[in-house]
Amino acid sequence: MDWMQIVSALALVAFIVVLFPGMIDRVKNSPKGTSSDWMNFVFIMLMIIGFIMLLIKMV
Amino acid sequence: MNQNYSTVTRTSSVLSTNKVLRNTYMLLAATLLFSGLTAALSMVMNMPPMTYLISVISAMVIAMFVLPRFANSAAGIGIVFLVTGLLGFGLGPILSTYAALPNGSNIITMSLAGTGVIFLGLSAYALVTQKDFSFLGGFLMVGFLLVLLAALANIFLQIPTMSLAISAVVIMIMSGFILYDTSRIVHGGETNYILATIGLYMTIFNIFVNLLQILGIMGNDD
Repeated sequence: MDWMQIVSALALVAFIVVLFPGMIDRVKNSPKGTSSDWMNFVFIMLMIIGFIMLLIKMV
Repeated sequence: MNQNYSTVTRTSSVLSTNKVLRNTYMLLAATLLFSGLTAALSMVMNMPPMTYLISVISAMVIAMFVLPRFANSAAGIGIVFLVTGLLGFGLGPILSTYAALPNGSNIITMSLAGTGVIFLGLSAYALVTQKDFSFLGGFLMVGFLLVLLAALANIFLQIPTMSLAISAVVIMIMSGFILYDTSRIVHGGETNYILATIGLYMTIFNIFVNLLQILGIMGNDD
């Protein structure tokens, strides 16, 4: 294990610790989406996955 | 009289939103260009791999602790350029590594084009449909936290398949953040174009770096 891995791990832990209160706050105050909202979001994500598969085939 | 007041207020709100959007995209374009220049500079200077780690940590510290204090002043624009310039400079050694691969220039070009298509497509979707994606806030935050924990675990585990899966999930989450952030600007939830720019820049940066990794692993048979 080299020093870059240790520094990366420490930086990630610090990042999580700093972001955590904001994350909790946003989770608590986030409005609820309807099933149609979520279906729409899932469809967009499937399009992104399809696009990345296309890029992998093209490269 | 009341109706006139309501119309004036709504018009004023739309104008303000348009101004935030225009300023955000102008600053975003300028910062992307600037980070492209600093990445090229870093490649020419043949910077060592540790440059990426040092640049990303410095940029994150400045973005999280310094930028919010200056977000309402002109100095904020300079800090945005400092953060994005640092991130671009950190990309130099990574781009040099990929450029040295047999299929490297193709991988870099495809990652850039792919990032551009994802960003422009999702932003256009959020702008044209005017849908409210605020419901994604909690979901994206939990997903981001889980992916950070997985990335932390993989620093010690070093599993290549897990690394690939993490990159794919990061692209999904960042795509969600593009919809969420753009929708926030459109619906008046974000009125500061400096903070809006840094948010969108981070999503673009993460999509590019992770797409580069996926295409680098999947597109290189050697």
